[in-house]
Parts: sequence; C-alpha cells; structure tokens
Amino acid sequence: MRLTFDKSDERFREEVASWLNEKLSGEFSKIKYRGGPGDENAFIDERKSWEATLADGGWIGIGWPIEFGGRGASIERQVIFHEEYARAGGPGRIGHIGETLLGPTLYEFGTRSQCERFLPGILEGREFWCQGYSEPNAGSDLANIKTKAVFDQSTNRWLLTGQKVWTSLAQESDYSFVVARTNPESSLHKGLGFFLVKLQQPGIEIRPIRQMTGTAEFNEIFFNEAVCNAENVVGPPEEGWKVAMGLLGFERGISTLGQQMLFQNEFDAVVSLAKENGSAKIPELRTRIAEAHIGLKIMRYNIMRVLSGFSDAGELQPAALISKLYWAKWHRNLGKLAMDVMGPEGEFLIDTPYELGRLQSLFLFTRADTIYGGTNQIQRNIIAERALKMPREPRG
Amino acid sequence: MQFRLTDDQIMIGDTASAFLSEVSSIQAVRNIMTTERGYDEAVWNRIVGEMGWTGTHIPELFGGLSLGYIELIIILEQMGKHLLCSPFFSSVCLAQNTVLIAGTESQKSKYLGRLAKGETGTLAYSSGGNRWDSTAVNAIFEKKQDDFILNGEYSLVADGHTADLLVVAAREYQGSRLGLFMINSNQDGVIKKWQPSLDQTRRQASVELKAVRTPLNSILGEAESSAERLNAILNLATIGIAADQVGGAQKALDLAVAFSLDRIQFGRKIGSFQAIKHKAAEMMLRVESARSALYYAACIADQVLKGEADYEQLKEAASIAKAYCSDAYFFVTGSAIQIHGGVGFTEEYDIQLYFKRAKSTETFLGSAIWHRDQLAKLLLDV
Ligand SMILES: Cc1cc2nc3c(=O)[nH]c(=O)nc-3n(C[C@H](O)[C@H](O)[C@H](O)COP(=O)(O)OP(=O)(O)OC[C@H]3O[C@@H](n4cnc5c(N)ncnc54)[C@H](O)[C@@H]3O)c2cc1C
Repeated sequence: MRLTFDKSDERFREEVASWLNEKLSGEFSKIKYRGGPGDENAFIDERKSWEATLADGGWIGIGWPIEFGGRGASIERQVIFHEEYARAGGPGRIGHIGETLLGPTLYEFGTRSQCERFLPGILEGREFWCQGYSEPNAGSDLANIKTKAVFDQSTNRWLLTGQKVWTSLAQESDYSFVVARTNPESSLHKGLGFFLVKLQQPGIEIRPIRQMTGTAEFNEIFFNEAVCNAENVVGPPEEGWKVAMGLLGFERGISTLGQQMLFQNEFDAVVSLAKENGSAKIPELRTRIAEAHIGLKIMRYNIMRVLSGFSDAGELQPAALISKLYWAKWHRNLGKLAMDVMGPEGEFLIDTPYELGRLQSLFLFTRADTIYGGTNQIQRNIIAERALKMPREPRG
Repeated sequence: MQFRLTDDQIMIGDTASAFLSEVSSIQAVRNIMTTERGYDEAVWNRIVGEMGWTGTHIPELFGGLSLGYIELIIILEQMGKHLLCSPFFSSVCLAQNTVLIAGTESQKSKYLGRLAKGETGTLAYSSGGNRWDSTAVNAIFEKKQDDFILNGEYSLVADGHTADLLVVAAREYQGSRLGLFMINSNQDGVIKKWQPSLDQTRRQASVELKAVRTPLNSILGEAESSAERLNAILNLATIGIAADQVGGAQKALDLAVAFSLDRIQFGRKIGSFQAIKHKAAEMMLRVESARSALYYAACIADQVLKGEADYEQLKEAASIAKAYCSDAYFFVTGSAIQIHGGVGFTEEYDIQLYFKRAKSTETFLGSAIWHRDQLAKLLLDV
C-alpha cells in the first residue's frame, strides 16, 4: 500500500495543471468555478465550447481504452486529472454523462458500429447526452418503467411512447439514452430495451421543470412515437436492464470522482468565509467545520480505495457501495454548514426574481443529492442487501 | 499510488486473525480481563517468540523485522477485533516508537532489541486532564551532578503497573525544555498502581516518581527537540489506537448482522426489517470510512518513519483517523447493542465488551472532540 505518485505521474500532473492554467483564461475565465451542481445551466454556450477545447487537448475520456479513442490513462492519472481540474476551478462538465456513463456502457455492451457512431461525438465534445431513466411512476422503483417501444418492421425502427421525468440537462442535450418496455406483456426488469434516442425530432417534447433553486436544470420528456433506429438499441431489445444496470455500475465507480473533487473548492469557500466573518470563532461552527474537513478527507480516501481495488474486483467492494450515501450526506451537511456560517446574510438574494449566491445554491441544491442517483434509503437497502447479505425488501 | 493492501499485507492480517482466534477467544479474554496484570504471559511469549510481532517495524539492524507501520497497523486491527488483552500496544506503539523517534543510534541499539525480544514498556507523559500532547506534561526533571532527578505524577499510563521499561516525559525545573527518560520501572521512587477501569480489556495505571535518580545518559536524544518529538510519538500511537477501533467496529458490525439474521420476531428475521437494515448500512458506512482513514494515516506514519513525510502531515492524518474512528466505533457498538435488544444489555453477550472498549479507546489519546479541536486550530487559526 502506498500513497505517493511516481515521477512520471507527477510530470503528468504538471502537464495538466499548466494546460488548464493556460486555457482557463480569456473568454473562459468567467466560467471558472461555474456550472457545478445547482449552477448547471450557467453559461451553457461557453461551457459547450469549453468541452470542445478540452477535447482538442485530448482531455475527454482519458480513462477510456486506447482502442476506443481514449488514452487508457491509469487510475492514478485520472485522479490527478480530476484533482487538478478542481484546483484550477474547471467548470462543471456538460459532457459528463456522455463521457463517464454512456461511453463506457457503449464500449462494454455496444456493437462496434454503435461505438464508431457515438463515441467520437463524445470525445470531440460535440454531442451531449442525458439520462432517460426515471418516470412519474418509476423513481426508486426503476423497473416499473411504462414508456413503451414498439417495433415497426416496415421501417426497421422502434417507436417510443411515454414520459420520462427529472431528466437533467435534456434541454441542452442532443441525445438521451432511454430505458423503455419492448415487451408489453412483461413486468419489472424483464422485457426492457436500452435505446439511444435523438432528441431533436417531432415525436419528442421537452419541458423544463422549475426547481426550488429557481432554475430549471431538469425536465420532463414526452415521447409520442419518437423514432429510434433498430441499430441504436444497445444489447438485445429485451435485455436492456442489464445494460442499464451496467451503466449504474459506472456511476458508482469513477463517474462522480470529478464532482467530489469539486467539493474541496466549496469547502474552501466556506472556510474562508468563516475566517472573514468571525464564524471561525464560534465553538459549534468550529467543530462542524473540522468535522466537514474530516469528512471530505475521508471521502477522498474512500475514493482512492475504491479506485485502487477496481481493476481486479469483479464485485463492487464495500467502499464502492457506500460511496453515494457517504458523499450525498456529506454534501448536504456542507450546504447547511455554509448557510450557518453565512449567518443572517444567507437570507438575502443577490437579485430578483430569484438569483442565488454560490453558497445559497449549494444549500438548496444539496437537498437533491440525497435523492437522485438512488435515494439515501435505496442506498441503505443496497448496502444491507449486497454487502451485508441481509434479506431483500418484499415487493407489494 | 496503490491504496490497497498488498498480498503480503493481506496474508499478515489473515495469519494474525487465525492466531488470535486461538489465543484470544472470547473466553480467554473474559478470564484474563479480571486479573490485575491484565494479560496472559504465555500468550505474550508466543506473540514475541512465535509470531515475532514485537519486532514488526523495528529495523533489522536493531533486531526487528524491518516491516513497516502499515503491517503493524494490520496486526493491531486484528487485535482490536479479538479484544486482545496485551501490553502489545504500550510496548510497541508507545515505548518502541519513543525510542525510534527520540533515541540516539546507541540508545536504539540498546533498547529496541530488548523490546523486540519481549521486555515490555510504556510511556508516561500526562498528569491527567483532557490534554493529549506535550502540553500535558507536568512532571519535573532537574540535573544534579551526574544524574537527573525526576518528580511527578502520571495518570492513564497504558500498562504502567506491569511494564518493565518506563519512558517518562518531564519538564526542566525552571526551564522550558522537555525531556524523555528511559528508566527502570522497578527502581527506587517509582510507585505504580493499577487504575481499574470501565473497559476491563485494557490496563491503565498511575505512576508516581518521587525523587527518582537516573543517569545522564538515560535521556533519550537531546532535550531540545523533545516536545515536537513527543507529539509525533503520540500521533503514531494514536494511529495504533485507531487500528484497534477499526478492528473492533468491524467485529461489532459482524456480530450485529449475524444476530439479526438469527433472531425471529413477528415471524421474520429481524434483519429483514428495514429499520434494522438501514441501521446496519449506516454502521457499515462508518466502518469502511474508518478503515479508509486508518489506512491513509498508516501510510503517512510509514512515510514519516522513512523520512518521506513530515510531522505536520502526521498530526493531521492522526487526528482525522482518531476523530472518525472513535465516533465510528462508538456509533457501531451502540447500534449493535440496540439491534441485540435485551440480550445486548447482558453481561453474557459479548457486544458490551466492544462497547466499553469503544469508550476507553475513544478517551485514550484524545477523544473525537479533542481531535476535532486540534483540526479546527489547524484550519481556522493560522
Ligand atoms: C436534481 C435531480 C436530477 C435528476 N436527474 C435525473 C436524470 O438525469 N435522469 C433520470 O433518469 N432521473 C433523474 N432524477 C430522478 C431521480 O433518480 C429520482 O428522483 C430518484 O430515483 C427517486 O425517485 P422519485 O423521485 O420517484 O422518488 P420515490 O421513489 O417516490 O421516493 C420517495 C421517497 O420514498 C423513499 N422510498 C422509495 N422506495 C423505498 C424503499 N424501497 N425503501 C425505503 N424508502 C423508499 C425514497 O427514499 C424517498 O424518500 C433526478 C432527480 C433530481 C432530484
């Protein structure tokens, strides 16, 4: 067991840092530290062109295998990249879902031609993806999906009808991966397909949903015989659940690494505010700040453990199963701590109608962290059942 | 970076677990924990002779195995899991670390071999109160001709009533320097007394020094840098305690889950109730996170001993580990009692032993509260 990075990795760190330092200037300086959770629809156009800039530098998909256009970067280098990205104030990644969820799913479960069609758009920062899983009656109970897909023999296409909801950044995306029922007789996780669907088409309507933050990062998507060509179904049309779950496996692995690295910046902002406004002298706040610091460090150690064990662990290890629950709770607490450090100032809007400051957004948005990507309750079920082998929940 | 145990390290843990299952069964623990000595000498001799654990992180040059601090932590984790009653922690994490960090080369060769071969030892520094660094030192040393004269009282000295070698910390009379002295625990003026404690699996003692005379060469290293070194020694030991906590917390979780899959109420295993499952999941979250904090701190300790990390890093890593592991151990054992129901409150069931060890290890070398305060100072006051 060792923590230190070797010399060539440290050189890689310098390379990343100086590249970011050079590029995050001029037109991009205004998007530094922007576009994170709670701020996801800030500077959309600039952040899309930032994606293209990242792509030019070869920084998208560095962990992907070389044969699929990645750099095959080691876990160490991926950690280094994300650390430096956070340190440099790199903006929230619009291409995140494509890069960390869909890409790996395609090279794991997709066909050669699906990879050839879709991976370059992700790697070049041109095509953006969103995740069409949740429905009004399929939230935690994801297998209860009702959106249906009917195969039209004559055109060799699938026609999708139904509704998705809470789809983050759908309004800014080009494609969605959609889980839909291919076999109307089936129930639960049988008879589902995994579809790659173009969003700009007549059969699709996207309606933003306003959140408690005043912004609208997530959406409803209505499908009315929306078209998906047969070649754009990943895996057998009745076995999309396996693909959908494979994708969630990536979500538990490395995909949230970048996001968690950004937490350091938020924590630092809370600490400097506390020093500035005198909160740092209040015993209870001192304790909570120290606790947050401990929690953040351990989050990083947990990640390092997960990543170091990843290559040879068939089954997800314990540290991987706890990761979502851990960071969601930590982050939600940080949001409250930020407000408590702000004190009465925390009540004042930056502007009307409802413009929030960074820490206010953090406070409100972190209420979602314990809901999306599997609620805390679902995470606890997963931990108890998979890691501790306790009995499964009965179905009604 | 490879933040996971190597195959060799996993093997060390497995071997330790197998050996401890044999010599530190719960019955053995219950037998020995009510004695004043507090440990079984035959088991100690096997730990020293057969397992060689007392030489784990001592350099070969001084009669040890030259393994690292990580290996030591792995062994201590298993000891916590098996509630081992032993002067291992005090001899290795306190006495040996003191010699390693503060001693001159000739002192290392004089004492480390003896400690590796099974003489026991400990470190006395605090006169009581809730302070766990060099500021807790109140005893006094004074140079008189060719000797030092030591006076003072210490409390909560781990295994202080049985240790063969005693390192004591003292401040210079009318001066600012701090000294660490290796004295013979049986010499005149050393008064040792067992302090019976809530947790019966670990021994604490008071030590009083009444005009104890010790030769000039008994001071470890130079007096100049001793405060900083003492803090480093305490931080290394703190990580050792955290290892005990992680091992114990894991075992308490295992006991609770096993019980929940056995006990039937309302015609179901209680482990099928979501309230119990979710409690268990929270317990596991804490155990795994505690383990991450521990292994990280172990790596830093290992680097410090190899001259690759500094004392500041050690202090931060030790405080993070001790704060988190203390809270985790307490939370997990408390929850485990709840999952057991009425039997969890009995003397007969073992979970109470872990609960008490959680509390004693939390207090010893600084509670979570104390360590968070240390971290708050690092973060907010500079
Ligand atoms: C900001 C945000 C972004 C999102 N982005 C996306 C996205 O891009 N794509 C997408 O597909 N989805 C997205 N979601 C949806 C998200 O995944 C769901 O909200 C989540 O899975 C919970 O489903 P639900 O909202 O239907 O709540 P429900 O499932 O109805 O849950 C309501 C409550 O019941 C509890 N509960 C449910 N089942 C159990 C159980 N078995 N045991 C104990 N408690 C239970 C839950 O924990 C929760 O507290 C997003 C959500 C949010 C808030």
